[in-house]
Formats: sequence, structure tokens, C-alpha cells
Amino acid sequence: MENLKVVGKKIPKLDAPLKAAGVAQYIQDIKLPGMLYGKILYSKYPHANILKIDTSKAEKLAGVKAIVIAKDMPPNFRIGFMKDNPPLKSKKVLSIRDEIAAVAATSQEIAEEALSLIEVEYEELPGIFDPLEAMKEGAPILHEEAKSNVLKLPWRLVCGDVEKAKDESAYIAEDTFSTQWVTHCCLGTSGCIAHFDMQNNLTLYSNTQIPSLAQNDFVEALNAFGLKNRRVRIIQAVIGGGFGSKLDTYAYEYIAILLALKTKKPVKIIFTREEEFFATSPRQCTITKISQGCDKEGRLTFREVEMILDNGAYTSWGATTPSVMMLPISSLYKVPNVKYTAKCVYTNNTYCQAMRGYGNPQATFAIESNLDQLAEKADIDPLEIRRINANEPGEITPQRFKITSCGMKECIEEVAKRLNWKEKRGKDKGRGVGMASLIHVGGGARVYKSDGCGTIIKMDDFGKVDVFTGASDIGQGSDTVIAQIVAEVLGIPIEDVNVINNDTEVCPWDVGVHASRTTFVAGNAALGAANRIRQQILDAASKIFEEEPSNLDIKDSIIFSTKNSEKSIPLGKVLRRIHYTTGGKMLMAEYFYDPANENFDKEFKGNLSASYAYGTHGVEVEVDKETGKVKILNYIAAHDVGKAINPLLLEGQIYGGGLQGIGYALGEKMIYKDGRLMNGNFLDYKIPTVKDVPPIQPVIVETEEKEGPFGAKGIGEPGLVPTAPAIANAIYDAIGVRIKDLPITPEKVLAAIKAKEGEKKI
Amino acid sequence: MRKEITFTLNNEEVTVEVEPKWTLLYLLREVLGLTGTKEGCGYGECGACTVIIEGKAVNSCIYPVLEAEGKNITTIEGLSKNGELHVLQKAFIEKGAVQCGFCTPGMIMSAKALLDEKPNPTEDDIKEAIEGNLCRCTGYVMIIDAIKSVAAGR
Repeated sequence: MENLKVVGKKIPKLDAPLKAAGVAQYIQDIKLPGMLYGKILYSKYPHANILKIDTSKAEKLAGVKAIVIAKDMPPNFRIGFMKDNPPLKSKKVLSIRDEIAAVAATSQEIAEEALSLIEVEYEELPGIFDPLEAMKEGAPILHEEAKSNVLKLPWRLVCGDVEKAKDESAYIAEDTFSTQWVTHCCLGTSGCIAHFDMQNNLTLYSNTQIPSLAQNDFVEALNAFGLKNRRVRIIQAVIGGGFGSKLDTYAYEYIAILLALKTKKPVKIIFTREEEFFATSPRQCTITKISQGCDKEGRLTFREVEMILDNGAYTSWGATTPSVMMLPISSLYKVPNVKYTAKCVYTNNTYCQAMRGYGNPQATFAIESNLDQLAEKADIDPLEIRRINANEPGEITPQRFKITSCGMKECIEEVAKRLNWKEKRGKDKGRGVGMASLIHVGGGARVYKSDGCGTIIKMDDFGKVDVFTGASDIGQGSDTVIAQIVAEVLGIPIEDVNVINNDTEVCPWDVGVHASRTTFVAGNAALGAANRIRQQILDAASKIFEEEPSNLDIKDSIIFSTKNSEKSIPLGKVLRRIHYTTGGKMLMAEYFYDPANENFDKEFKGNLSASYAYGTHGVEVEVDKETGKVKILNYIAAHDVGKAINPLLLEGQIYGGGLQGIGYALGEKMIYKDGRLMNGNFLDYKIPTVKDVPPIQPVIVETEEKEGPFGAKGIGEPGLVPTAPAIANAIYDAIGVRIKDLPITPEKVLAAIKAKEGEKKI
Repeated sequence: MRKEITFTLNNEEVTVEVEPKWTLLYLLREVLGLTGTKEGCGYGECGACTVIIEGKAVNSCIYPVLEAEGKNITTIEGLSKNGELHVLQKAFIEKGAVQCGFCTPGMIMSAKALLDEKPNPTEDDIKEAIEGNLCRCTGYVMIIDAIKSVAAGR
């Protein structure tokens, strides 16, 4: 490991020069000859019957090439995880983002004007905007065929005997926590271009995070359109931010496809920022009732969690986030008895999706806030209770996760030391410290039938390689990490590695860029393919040298004998020699890596990931008791990442995740009033600016993960998982009030301070 | 009614017919094909469309195109010289300040306007200069580092 030349180095992201020069092509920047512009008409009401749609005036507008409504879609065609979402709505609308009609025109402006000419008559219906209301007896059923507003998803995990453990616990803490809707706010808005060739094969220029699964979805759609056995090619533009927002296929993509099919022209749909806010799917809000217990020594005895999630009007992957919430609920710290149930409930709100952390931030907010409450009851320092219960290597958790490498204890100690925990804690002078830890999947996550990724490598006559990977880059740097791994194995400079990662026509299958899996899974796939090419090179060189392949190595594109330093030959020379000969060959290799992880069984148990990532965040805050404003004085983010393949990119994930987490904790909230988004713009929905950056210190704790490529684990999501509870715990230490409802705004802090002072007076 | 305007764009004089309702961003991206300048919101709140006009960083998405008449305007495409990237662009690359990259051109233009005016800015000056440029990926830390490194290198 110590002799690594490329892996472990701070190598700038390979596509950064294109991006810094302004020549990278995002979906916004791509124009095809004859391209039309599509626009979507959304519902005026969050819940209504559609009585009439009249497109006649819009059709007459010059430049309008097609208008589509529900009847133009195949009958009964539905999208989404539960297939409950028709891309164009016919009889009824269930949310303010419901698509009613769409236009393709020769310019964006004409398309917009055409929308204003479409007349829709509605009969407004009373809406349900609160999941608790939606669960009540007699509440109107939003999806009649479902017969209930509670989704038929059996989220229930039981490990051990929680009731017995309750009886035997010395201390129990119980409370209810809630979280808000937040949205990804990718700087590049959503969009696509759909284009059919003469045989009706589809090319979709896309921002998707799941090219292979999206390809399946669109093949299915073409089948529904009556276009059997057609090809679908997904070409990803440079993606202007993902964070989970592009883990599903969306109505606008199917609408673009329909418009392209009708007009026989390429059709581009690009969201405005306003659409990006109200018509994409946020992180779901949750209500979480939690209780945890411990014995006299502070060892956790049980954890019980009941959760209600506002699903919104339709179902995307957001409804499956309880599967990942189970991960911290069952396995963050050692807790022998666990019970978790979750209900996803239809409302007339926006429907939810994946967002960085996939449920883990909401669950960890409740667990880690409540753990501090338990520590207080047991009169144990919050640092100490975490030390006592910390996860360890070799553990098999109640949900049957096999913990291989685990640096949680080191992370906790790093935070305690760097935060000067002992000095700073418990002083109650308006300043305080808090911490929270995380567990997340770090070695893929078998949420789909396959968790695999393929890689193909071809080598030219001079030792340069093209690497075709299924792994998508959404800015996190998988292009660079994969190139580093290949360069390291082949002993060539990284400049000689070209990564192609955006075209399903040439790139192998991959389940998608999610679950912090790309470095681990795609990295292992690249490693496997590179090893195969390396073996071919060494076999060929061994014949030239008359030396065992195992005695050969490659460095700086030179093959040499480790036994006899006089035996060396440039890599290119060997490649040309085996190519330009009768029966010659050029080197190519492929490898498909699918980690040895497991789908959950019917009880939601099984080793979901091939390894697990850990981390602890520690925060020092100052709270202004007059204004309720929280200032972060110091922020330590310690992460167990296995081996850091690229510390520069890795720190970028921690900084970026950390600040997203701070936004989640202290400010961001989509304000929905009766199903309508009240703050769908950057003025009113404030994401952190540079002025919100606190002093933040990433700490990389390296452990040895045997399954990982060069020992690496995932880091994409963990950076924001424990942020909110760490801050909430620090606020409690500072002023003795606990905010249980995110975000922690000055108003809430002030109200809590006043309530506490009121209590004192009584 | 189209009108003809003349201005200096990336050190070259440009004369072009425009619709008065256009924004400068529309002219740059849709007419002149300079797509390095991005549109992130369209109402001057995210900074992805930042260009430099008469030495100042400006949101081109809310800049009326007729105002460009006679002005000296620089976009991200105007920073590199003879294929060599500007020192700020290099610093952004090397310091890890680029992830998805959508905010990067605007961020670099804001930083350039700052350094042109103030070659040795304080950290507060840097934060002030890029406060209007939103980034969702990086947490800004490496962006600040990149700008600082250029300032220090002068």
C-alpha cells in the first residue's frame, strides 16, 4: 500500500478543466438540429376533478407543433415505484404539480404562450395536507383503487424483545421528533431532450443518476406506446448536481418522449427554477416517536421507533426510505432489541424522493437527539454513552449486518479531542458542544435485484486506455477515482486513462449513482478489469523476458523484472509487438462486480451492504439568547472511509455534505400551505451561502476494508447524516433547550427559551 | 423591433441585432452560442450567470440587453489566453473547488472581478464577493481556498 503512486493522492477532478473553462455541456447547453421546446401545464389546484381541457386556441398559435393531454398517453400507463402516477392526468388532479397538458413549439416563448391559451375547467375538491388527517377514519381516499391513504408497504422490523427490555431497563427516554421537506436545489435544473430516429429508436439526453434503470423504464414506455423491440439510448449530459433527485424517471421525461414521437423532432424540456422547486421531489418530512433505554452502566437495552412519512400524492423511491432508516435504527451503536414501524401516507402534497442520505438524516436526528436525552436521565456524559455503545469490527448487528471494518470509536475520540469536549461541555454560558454519529452503507446496498457495475477497458498500441464504466458522475468525482484505480493497477500515468461514463450504448450496466456505492462498487469493477488487462500484459512480457509473470511489474509505463533490474521494456513496445504480428491481439478486458451483499428477507433482515461507513460530527455553538440565533463556532466531521482513494475529492464530499446538513439543521424548509409551495425560489428558500460556512474541519479516519478497492468505503452521503442532531445536542448543552422539530430556526429557539423561563417562574 | 447594439465582448468588438426584451444572458447563450455562462434561476439570485461588465460582476440573467451598448463585457470564455487557462481557473481545478461545476463559471467571474479590483483581498472580501454565487456541492471551503491561493500568488 505504501508504494502507491496514484491511489491515495490528491488528484484534481478530471473534468474540472472543462467545467472551469465553461465548455462542459450540460443539458441546458445541448441543441439538436430542428429541436423543439416542450413546456408542461400544471394543475391549478392541489385536489380537483378535471371537467374539461380545451386546447383549441393553443393549437392555432403559430409555432406550436404538438399539444398532448392524457388521452395521447397509452391508457392505464403509470410510472413510479407503485405505478400510481399517470404522466398526464385525465380525470383528477392530486397535487399542485400534476401534469395536465404539454406543448412542443419552435421556441420556449411560443411554448409558454401556448400554455396560457389552454383552458382547463376544474371542480375543486377539499384536500388533505396532513398525514395524520389522511389516516383518520372517513378521510377521503386519494387513490380510490388503493382503498386506503396508507400505502401498502409493510415497513416493520423487530429484533429481540423490546417489551421485555423495557422492563429491564434502568433508564428510558421517550420523545417525538419531526423533520421538514427540503429540496436538492441542484444548480443545474432538470431537463432532457428526447429524439427518435427513423426506426423509432429513442435517444434521450438526460441528467439521470440511473442510466440503466431509466433505459428499462423507457423501453417499457415505448412498449406501451406500441413501439415494440425498439432501442433506447441514454446519453448523460454533464450533470449539474444530483443528490438523489435523479434516481427515478419523471413525468416530464415521458412527456418529452411523447412530444418527440408526435412531432418526429427532437424535443427539449428544461425546468425553470420555479418548476425545479415545486415540480421535483423533495426529501420527505417525518414524524418520529422514539424511545431508547439503557442499563445502569449506560449500555443500550432497546430502541423503539414509530414513524409517519408524508408520501405526497404519488409514490417514488421516497416511500422506500424506511428501508434505509432501519440501518441506523437497528445498528447505530450496539442495541440488542429493536422495533421499528413506518407508515407512508398519501396526501395532496408534493410526492417525495431520494435525497442524500435516503432517510438516514431523519432517523439519525431522532436517534441521536434522543440518545442525549437518555444520557441525561442516566446521568452519563453524552460522550461516554457513545463510547460505551460504539460499534466495533466483527459485530453482527440485530438486523444481521456484518460489520467488517469500523472506525466509530476513533471518530468519536477525534471529535472529543478536537472539540476539547471535557473543557467545553456543560458550562451553560450560551455556548455548548454536541456530537452525533452515523452508520451508513459503505459497500453498496442491495436495494435492487443487482447491486452491480460493469467496466470495459481497451488499451491502444501506446499504453493508453479507454475505460467504459457504468458509473455516473454527478460531480462527486467517480470519473477520477476510477481513473486512479486503473492507472495504479496498470502502472501508467492518470493522463493516459480516459473514462467514458455517459452513454448506455457503450457503457456497461450499473444500478445507479446512489447509496454512496460508486467508489466501492464501480471502483471494484474497474479494479477487476484493470487486473485482467495487467495479467495479459505480464503474460505477453513474460514470453519476451523468459521470466515468470509473477516476477514482473509495471511502473511509469515500463515493464520490468523485480528479480533482474536489467530486464525492462516500455509497455507500448510490448503492446505493438503482440498487435502487429500474425494472429495478433489488442488488449481488452471486462469485469462485472456485484458485491456479496444481501437483499433483505421478509423480516427486513440481511447484510444489506458489503461494508459500513461510520462517522461522528462534533459542534460547538453559541446561542444568542436575545435573538435565538445559533452560531457554529467549530465543526469537526470525522469519517471512517476505509482507505481514502482521493483525499481532495473526499474532503470535498465532507465539506459539501456538512454544509448541506447545516442548511437542513438550521434553515431550509419548503413551506407548503394547503398543498401549495409558498417559498419556491432562492430568495425565500435559502440554501447556505459562503457566509454560512463555519470553521469546519474534516478528519479522515482510515480503516482497512478488505472488500473495498484499495480498502475504500463510500462517503457520498455520510457527510450530512449526523449534522442536525449534533447541532441540536450542542444547543441543548449551551442553553438547556431541546429543539425537536427541524429546522432549528431562531424563532423556535427563542420560543423554547421563553417556555423554559416560564417553567422556572412557575 | 430589433435594434443593433455594439459592445466589446471578450476583447473583440461585436455588433448584433437584439430584441429589446432580451437579457444579456439570452444574447450570450442563445444567439452568440457562449454557453459557458449558465442560467441557474433566471432572477438574479444564484449567480451562475455572472459576467464582468466594466470591471464589475453582474448577473447577466437580469441585465437588459440594450444596456450592453458600448460596454466592455467579459465572460468565462474570455478568460483563457491562447488556450491557456487563467490562473483562477487553474486554482479552482487544483484546489478541488469544482464538483458538478454548474456554478463554477459564475463563481470564477465573481472572483476575477474581486481580484481585478483588490489583488490582496481578505477572507471577508472574498466571502463578500461570492456571497451571491450559490454552490450546492462544495460547501464553498475549497472555493475560498482557490481564490486565496491566487491572491497570495500575486
